[in-house]
Amino acid sequence: MTHSLALEIDGLHKAYGDHPVLRGIDLEAPTGSVVALLGPNGAGKTTLVNVASTLIGPDAGSVRVLGHDVVAEPERVREQIGMTGQYSALDGLFTGRENLQLMADLVHLSRAEGRTRVDELLGRFDLGDAADRPASTYSGGMRRRLDVAMTLLARPRLIFLDEPTTGLDPRSRRALWDLVREQVAEGVTVFLTTQYLDEADHLADRIAVLDDGQLVASGTSEELKRLVPGGHLEVRLGSAGDLATAASALGDEATVDPVTLTVTVPYDGRVSQVRSLLTRIEAVDVVTFGVHTPDLDDVFLALTGHAATTTATRTTTTSTTTTTDRQEATR
Amino acid sequence: MSTPLDLAVRDSVTMSRRSLRRLVRYPSLTVIVVGMPLVFLLLFVFVFGETLGAGLGGVEGGRSEYLRYVVPGVLVMALASVATSTAISIAMDMTEGIIARFKTMPIARVSVLSGHVVGALVQSVVAFGAVLLVAIALGYRTGGSAGDLLVAAGLVVAVSLALTWLSVMLGIGAKSVETASNSPMILVLLPFLSSGFVPTETLPTGLAWFAEYQPFTPVIEALRGALDGTGAGTDGWVALGWCAVVGLGGYLGSRRIYDRDPTT
Repeated sequence: MTHSLALEIDGLHKAYGDHPVLRGIDLEAPTGSVVALLGPNGAGKTTLVNVASTLIGPDAGSVRVLGHDVVAEPERVREQIGMTGQYSALDGLFTGRENLQLMADLVHLSRAEGRTRVDELLGRFDLGDAADRPASTYSGGMRRRLDVAMTLLARPRLIFLDEPTTGLDPRSRRALWDLVREQVAEGVTVFLTTQYLDEADHLADRIAVLDDGQLVASGTSEELKRLVPGGHLEVRLGSAGDLATAASALGDEATVDPVTLTVTVPYDGRVSQVRSLLTRIEAVDVVTFGVHTPDLDDVFLALTGHAATTTATRTTTTSTTTTTDRQEATR
Repeated sequence: MSTPLDLAVRDSVTMSRRSLRRLVRYPSLTVIVVGMPLVFLLLFVFVFGETLGAGLGGVEGGRSEYLRYVVPGVLVMALASVATSTAISIAMDMTEGIIARFKTMPIARVSVLSGHVVGALVQSVVAFGAVLLVAIALGYRTGGSAGDLLVAAGLVVAVSLALTWLSVMLGIGAKSVETASNSPMILVLLPFLSSGFVPTETLPTGLAWFAEYQPFTPVIEALRGALDGTGAGTDGWVALGWCAVVGLGGYLGSRRIYDRDPTT
């Protein structure tokens, strides 16, 4: 039976004692998609994954995995899911091959089937050379790969990856991203939590931003970026005189900051606007010129930094903190 | 079509294999578990044995008399010593991510625990066998008939099962591996405060009262009776009662803690 929604969460509440962790979550993951749950530490990401993977029960609301309720039919849910938690879920005393073989035995594959599947995963996850070494000797990246391979052995329809690349070096992260993409290409639904914006941006079809137990936004990466007031062009001058000249040349749209000697102009993303601006201030001695397009960093800060009411001013003040999407030109 | 029972057995076999393989890969735990009762056996027989044996007032007296007296106590201590290792192994599992993996897989839930129980029983056989062999090498001989030895064997199995389930509960309930290794230590110390090493009558009043009524005394008395050939007597029934209470309590407690939602 195919279900159009791999994960449906309705009005989910969960508290640890008196401390509410999840406060009314509504979230869906269409089958075959990658949904990223983005949020700072302590936002409730792991709690949400733990409820959805039947580890802990919800206080209120419902969670359905491929049509099965996690409370009413936990066994049916477990047959469909694979879970890679934040802490590596492998036996350090076992070799990589033995860890995978253990999974094969637990999902009741026949001897031959199991051996084929184990070999296939060892090859695919680039663990062939280390297959017969104890997992405790593996590097962080190898442990993660083995961990994910163990999760995939049973061919789950929905996999949970709780902060899968935390603590990994950039190359291991990319390798893991590729493996996740391969799974998605095969029709597996991926629900991942992350605190890395670029990870959500690279992998996810849909991103839900979780802050303090509530979803503050969700949508595609593009949709989320649109939530934050657009980017801006920033011109930094060398003197107060130049600042005044540039400000008058740029007209009413310009915001002038006499302290940092910068003029900023709202940017709509078109190249022609950049060209026209540079033409208008041709005669002025510009120290630096920057193009700032909003990225997920802005979205994240705007949505989780409790700065929603001050976003307009914030975009001008945080322009120096983001460097990735900013191209600087110095004259 | 496999029934739930088939699957529970199959998963339990898988998990038991895992436990045994872990014992082989991490032998130092077994070495400590087996080594400790052996050290106590040698210490008590060779260092204190002559004096303590004289105090027993038997026919032969001295070291050989004390050896006969102390062996049942050390045998039971060996079983208690295994409990420490079991609690540690389980706590290691519980505090690592692998338990979350097992819990989110469609496997028989009891298998995670029964795997450890099988591991513990195998370790018990090793520890018990080692103490028995060394005792025999030191000159220990049983005076019991085949029937007595059968009673002794049954008693040992009951004690082992009870201690194992108790240690499973202590291991699952522990917040860390350190707590798990500390809390069962009391099981190793309790035989000292029983009739295992000296007759309870020789202890000061308060301690004697405690020693008389704590579970290790009837267990050791019954085992000593069976091995000496004087019979387990009423101590045997009291011992079995204790084993049933502790074992069942440990089993139910373990199930409860394992299935418990950690958040409530």
